[in-house]
Order: sequence, then C-alpha cells, then structure tokens
Amino acid sequence: MSEPIHLKSAHSLRDAIRAKEISAREAAEAYLDHIDAVDGDVRAYTDVWREPALARADAIDSQLAKGEDAGPLAGVPIGLKDLICTTEGTTACCSELLKGFRSPYDATVAEKLYAAGTVVLGKLNMDEFAMGSSTENSSVVTTRNPWNLDCVPGGSSGGSAAAVSAHECAISLGSDTGGSIRQPAACCGCVGMKPTYGRVSRYGLVAFASSLDQIGPFSRDVEDCALTLNTICGHDRRDSTSANLEVPDFTTSLTGDVKGVRVGLPKEYFTDALGVEIRAKIDSAVKVLESCGAEVVEVSLPHTEYAVATYYIICTAEASANLARFDGVRYGNRAPDTQSPEEMYKKTKSAGFGAEVQRRILLGTYVLSSGYYDAYYLKAQKVRTLIKQDFDAAFEKCDVIVTPTTPTPAFRIGEKSDDPLSMYLSDIYTISANLGGNPAISLPCGLTESGLPAGLQIIGRPFEEGAVLQSAYAFEQNSGIDLGVPTAIAESVS
Amino acid sequence: MTYEPVIGMEVHVELSTQSKVFCGCSNDFHAPANSNVCPVCLGMPGVLPVLNGRAVEYSVLVGLALNCTISRWSKMDRKNYFYPDLAKNYQISQYDLPLCHDGFIDIEVDGKTKRIGITRAHLEEDTARNSHTVAGRESGVDFNRCGVPLLEIVTEPDIRSADEAYAYLSSLKQILQYLDVSDCNMEEGSIRAEANISIRPTGTEPFGTKTEVKNVASFSGTQKAIEYEIKRQTKILDDGGTVDQVTMGWDADRGVTVTQRSKESAHDYRYFPEPDLTPIVVDEAWETRLRKSMPELPQVRRARFMEEHGLSEYDASILIADKAAADYFEQTVSAGAPGKLAANWIMGDLQALMTEKQGTINALPITPGHLAEMIGLIEDGSISGKIAKDLLPEMYDSEKAPGDLVKEKGLAQISDTSVLEQMGADLIEANPGPAEDFRNGSERAIGFFVGQMMKATKGQANPKLANEIMRKLLQQ
Repeated sequence: MSEPIHLKSAHSLRDAIRAKEISAREAAEAYLDHIDAVDGDVRAYTDVWREPALARADAIDSQLAKGEDAGPLAGVPIGLKDLICTTEGTTACCSELLKGFRSPYDATVAEKLYAAGTVVLGKLNMDEFAMGSSTENSSVVTTRNPWNLDCVPGGSSGGSAAAVSAHECAISLGSDTGGSIRQPAACCGCVGMKPTYGRVSRYGLVAFASSLDQIGPFSRDVEDCALTLNTICGHDRRDSTSANLEVPDFTTSLTGDVKGVRVGLPKEYFTDALGVEIRAKIDSAVKVLESCGAEVVEVSLPHTEYAVATYYIICTAEASANLARFDGVRYGNRAPDTQSPEEMYKKTKSAGFGAEVQRRILLGTYVLSSGYYDAYYLKAQKVRTLIKQDFDAAFEKCDVIVTPTTPTPAFRIGEKSDDPLSMYLSDIYTISANLGGNPAISLPCGLTESGLPAGLQIIGRPFEEGAVLQSAYAFEQNSGIDLGVPTAIAESVS
Repeated sequence: MTYEPVIGMEVHVELSTQSKVFCGCSNDFHAPANSNVCPVCLGMPGVLPVLNGRAVEYSVLVGLALNCTISRWSKMDRKNYFYPDLAKNYQISQYDLPLCHDGFIDIEVDGKTKRIGITRAHLEEDTARNSHTVAGRESGVDFNRCGVPLLEIVTEPDIRSADEAYAYLSSLKQILQYLDVSDCNMEEGSIRAEANISIRPTGTEPFGTKTEVKNVASFSGTQKAIEYEIKRQTKILDDGGTVDQVTMGWDADRGVTVTQRSKESAHDYRYFPEPDLTPIVVDEAWETRLRKSMPELPQVRRARFMEEHGLSEYDASILIADKAAADYFEQTVSAGAPGKLAANWIMGDLQALMTEKQGTINALPITPGHLAEMIGLIEDGSISGKIAKDLLPEMYDSEKAPGDLVKEKGLAQISDTSVLEQMGADLIEANPGPAEDFRNGSERAIGFFVGQMMKATKGQANPKLANEIMRKLLQQ
C-alpha cells in the first residue's frame, strides 16, 4: 500500500498533484478526514473550512485539467494561525473579544498562498493575540502536544505547530514575536522559521508588537519551509516596514553541504539554565554540522541576559497601543448596557480580554507612562540596539549561530499557567533574534528520553535566510534524525 | 495694575490632498457618512498605515513659507487616548521630531510689522466625527474625516493682543491659500484655531498661568474669545485670585468662555515612536525641489502689485488678501487694463455685484478679459463710466463680451458733434427760461442743459462733449 496522502511532504504531494497521480480534492479529503480522526485529541483547529476547502481543491483540479499552472504549491492543504486575516471564516485571534469577527479583507500572505495554489483547511489555535508560550491562553481550547497529549504544544502558534506535526495540514503559517513559531516547532518536533523582520508583509497580521512580529511557516521538512518562504516573502507597498529587496529562490540554498560555513556557538546560551538532555542533543547536532564541513567557533552575545526584560518592555508597550482598538465601537463584542464611553471600554475589555492579555496591556501602559518612559521604554530601546550590535559583532566571526531553541522540552499543561515569569523564560533563546530582526529556524534534533522533541535553532544575518536554510538542510539530510509520526496520534495514522 | 497678555496659537489645518494621510480613501468632506472609509482608516485588525507623500510635501511647503527649518529626519509617533472618534484609540502624530520647526511669520497690525515665532509644524491624522441624538440617546460616528491629513502649527508665545491673534490667523490663512494646500474653510473645520492665553503684570518677565481656548468657529470669534479671556483673567487677578490652568470652550451665543477640562484630568498620552512607519527623510534635493515649486507668497505679491501696477499699499493689501481676487486682478491687467482702474473696478462695483448675487470670484461669469475690455471701452470713450456701471450686471447675467452688449443694446456713447449740436439747439429753443438764466450769468443752468441732453440720449452722450457744445451754443 502506498504512503497515505497526509504523510507526504508538501513538495512531494505537490508533485503528485501536478502529475495528476493524486487530485487536489483527494488530498483535501484525506487531510479533512485525518483532522476528523485526530483533532478531537490534538485540538489544533479552531475552525475547519471543509466545504470551502473542497471547492478550492476542485478549482485547482480544473485548472490542472486545463493544463494551467496552478501555482508552486498547487493543491497543498495548509492551515493559518487565527490572527491572519481572511475573508473566509472568522479571524478571532482566539479572543472572546473578537469571537465571530469576519475580516473584510485578506492578509497579503493569504493572497499569496491562494495565488500559489494552496488549499486552506481552516484556522489554527493560538494564545490569545499571540501572547503566551503554551496555547493555554486561547479563549477557545488548549491545544495538546501530538507527542504527549498531557503536554503543551508550545506557543503562541501552538495550533500551527501541532497541526503540522500531527499531519493535520502539510504546511501552516504562524507568527513569531519572541519565539512564537520556533518554540512550538521545537515542542512539537517540526520545522518552524521566523524570517528576517521586513521579509514578509505584516499586512493582515493582527498586530501584537509591530516592531517584532513576523509571519513564518511550519513544515515537516526544510525543503517545504524554503518553498513556503518563496511564496510568502517579498515587498508589499501596504506594509511600510516590508523590505524592498529581491527575494532569492530559497530552494537553491538546499545543497546539503556546509563546507567552510562558520558555525558560531554563543557561550551565553550554554549555561546551567540549559537542561542536560537538550544540551546533549545540541552538542551532537553541532558534531553533525562539523562532520559536513562546517567550522565551529565560539562567539559571544554579551547582552543576552537582558533580552527577556528588554523584550517584555518593548512588546508590551507596543501591544498596549495595538490592542487599544479592540473597544467594541466598530467591531468585536461590545459589553451591553453601558452608560458612557468609559464604562463601555472598561466592561468590553474586561470581559473580552483574558488575564495574560490584560496583564501585558497594563505592563505596556505602565512602561510608557509619563515619568517611567525613560527608565523603561527608552532604556529598553537602547538595550535593543546593544543586542543588535552583539549580533553584528558575532556575525563577523561566523556565518550562522547555532543554539537550542528552548531550555527544556514541552512542559505539562497547567504546569506554568500560574507562574508567568517562568512561562516567559520559555522564550529565553528565541527572543534575541526578534530584537535583532534576524532570521532564525528551529528544526527537530531528536527526542528526549521522555519521548518529547528537542529543537535546534539556527540564526542568520538579516536577509540571509538562505544561509540558515543551507545549514538546516545539511543537518536534516545528514543527521539521520527522522522523528516519524508523533506517538500520541500514531494509532490514528496507521 | 496693568497687565500684558501673552498668547500662543495652535492651528490645525486639514490638507487638501486627494487621498487620506495613511490610506487611499478619498479626502472628501461632503460624501455621505462612512462612504470614504476602508479597513485602514477604520482601524480594522491587521491593517497598517502607509504615509501619503503628498501630505509630507504640503507640510514642507507650509514649513518653508513659514521660514521653518525642515527636518532632514523626522518620525511619526503614537499619541494614545481613548475616544470613539479615534479608530485605533491612538492618533498617529509627531511628538519630539516635527517635520518643520523654528520659523516665523511677519504680521501687520496698525501699520506696524511684527514677527511671530513658529515653534513647529507637524503632520498628524484627523479624527472621525461623533454625532448624538438626544431623543434616542444614541451616538453615531462618521469616519470619513478619520485619517484626513492634518498639519498642526504652533507659535511661540509672541502674540500680545486679540488683534495680533486675528492678524496672525489671517496672514496664515493667506499663505495656506497661496500654497493651495488647504480649503481653509473654518466653518467646515478645515482650519481650527486654539489660543493659549495668560496675562502678566506689565514689565515683568515670568508667564502667568495659561488657559487654553478651543471650539471657536471663526477668526473673529477667536479674537472675541481672547478679548473676553484677557478681561476674565484680569478681573480674577485684580480681585486677588489665581487663574486655574484649564481648557475653556467659547460659547459664541453668550459671548463667554466656559471651562471644559481641568488640569487634573489632563491626559498622559504615552507617546512612543510609531513602529509601523519608517522615518520621514526629506533630503536636500527634495527640499530644494519643493522650494523651487513654491508659488509667490502674499507679502511678495503685495510689494510687486505696488511696484508693477502702481497700487497703493491699501489697495494692494486688500487685493492680495484673497488669492483668487489677486489672480483675477492680474489676469485683468494682463488682458490690457491699467492696474489702478482694474483694482478700483474689482474692489468696487465687481465686489458689490458679487455680494449682491452671492457669487464668488472663483465662479465669476465675468471673465478678466471681459472686464479689461469694458475698461478699454471707457478709456477710448466708447462708453461712459455710468454706462459701464449699468453694463456690469448685464455682463454678469449674460456672460457676453461688453463690446457685443454695447452694440446689441446701442449703448455706445454719442460723440458725433453734429447730432449733439442739433439736439442742443432744440433744447435751447424749448427751454428759453434756463437759456436766459445762463446768459444772466447762472453757471448752474449749463448743468440743466447737459442733464437734459443725457436724458434725451439715455446717458449715451459723451458728457464732456455735451458740456462743451451746450456752452458754445448758449454763448452764441
């Protein structure tokens, strides 16, 4: 019996659909059936678009039947994080406040993915407004880790990571403000990449922290990651912060070779905070790269210890303004029976926002307040510059930086929900790349003894996604690591 | 005790760009409510602003006209506050790095020139408009205005009287009209002025406590509000009280200022740099290009009108005050009319006619060419000035050339000596009494005969000729 459709990579499925061995409809049906089989356990989706997906798949099939080019991802079933605006279905950011909200427009990335021939299966779960590291802050449901249903999938793009890992879509999109793609990718054992800030248009991405947010893909291998980047990257005149730069064909970086590539290991990342098991996985991963011809050098990112504090000042400050618009005046769920604008705002926001979102809005409002601005926000911006300079200096000595993605594997559901500070530290290794604007990928580098995935992070110079993908691909092809189907859903797959 | 008022002005000007400042929506006031809106100006989730380059250019032009330094590098900031007319609950504005700063404007009050410092001019977005129904206790928001580009111009506290404030506003409006960057319609809110007013004992340096006066619908209203506020503060200090730092509204019906907001409830706007927009860089080449594209400004034009067209300072000042009138004047002169005559006709009969017909100079049925032609007809003696006064309304209504109207209606002046001599002889014969009076030395009698001749010719007799002929005939 041939390999089930939903186990194929996006590129091999795309090839089979183009060759008319499999129809786009068959692919969509296979995935939708698999969602029916496993999503009751995983709970990755907040909204499944069965009928629209099948209609879209039929349209791709008829394009192919006419001999038309249906796009570089023709017929590939994908999922979108619930904060990417789509005119289909709802875009609720997993918040009570936006429950049922229908966007009047499609995000730039959604337009690009439609044009590339993808079939969107639905919207994926997340921490409310992308604030969290476990997907427990979703107002809809808590997504569970396909490797152990008692563990979190990471966050905030937990649904996007779990869906790809559990084969509920071939590719998904998430967003990464401080690690929200890479950390859940590491927790769920899939590939997740945050491109350089400015590489992908943010138009239609509901903003958490505008200077840090970046959309990126989840996939089951590095080639699919490169293919998706080819589709979603590029300048967009609707996003002033999107870079007006040529986008290379990222698949050309997938040579399998890293001869002469200088791999930097930042000494500040390899401390006692790093669990021994994860550390061992990273050490072996570095050896694999070395065996493929990479040269390993120690580098220093001296301001690393300030990254988490800096991040939580800047991201909350921006969030306090970005989330101000959710007031129930023009859209969203307005609290009933209020007597004044003030009362309307207070009741709407108190009822509509979850605890973590309220905490961050209050923090952000505080750090921008008169008398505190200089001590917090301004100081944080200065430290951010120092962190960027750290990267610049390190990248004079190396071409890519290799680190663990997370200090520990996925934790248990509920384990950190009452301890926000320990939750914030889940992103200790990923935050710096957001502050610096650098591209960074997380890819699986093995399973711990408890059977949970560990993630290897590779960070590159700004706009050098190609170098990151080159090293990631070389590792993937030469490490012999293939996690296979996640254990918790393996029964449903066979 | 005598006090000296210290006044600074903040003026918000809506820029008349085609589209809004951060999206492609039409910047049109009169459209039905919420018809010029899009996801961006409605603050929908996920949208991003894109700065309108033309709004930057308009702002720089104003900055240059106000002798400002143009920032090579400036940025937008978020000003955070909650109100239903603010789609995002923050206004994109400029905080510490305005586009234009450190300029000045020279104004004239009582024939004296005074320099008013311009602290800054910065670009921001306008808010929506709220409306409320009393009966239904309902409120509506029209977002057409949300995102209209707004330039805020702030002066130094250099203004010392309500008259100076009025002169400042008038001069500023003239400049904006000359630059053609705003409709300058105060009633529709395209210019909104606020005054910061304090008083201090004459001869002392430290500023008194200021109050801010808002919500004034006209320049003269601003002038009255400032006058009122100076009197109010003077009375408080004379009575041994202290002025509270408050925001006042102007109640035009009652002619008083009313406290709107106290300092205690002042906002903390939590400004921070707008992360969705890149810095605004106006390089030297761009500034130079804009400087070269600047039209002639009112003060320069006034001097030129005096020099080139021989106008008095008074006439020149009146003409340049309205750019459209000044343009009309120049076109009339280019069409061949002498400057002084053109100015008299425009400021006199033409102005009266426009007032009567409720017309504007922009939509005047009488072209500058027609006006020049009419002045030419007077000059060459074809028609009298009196005929011309009657001709003007006809030109207005028919939009015809004056020469054609004169022919059509037979209004040409009678300068044919033989016709007038015959008529004069007949008049003397028919009026022996007045003829006798003249011969007895009554100069007034000649007026009677000229009047009769004008009446008989329906005003078409050349008055100078009529006078000469009657005198000659009566002396025979």
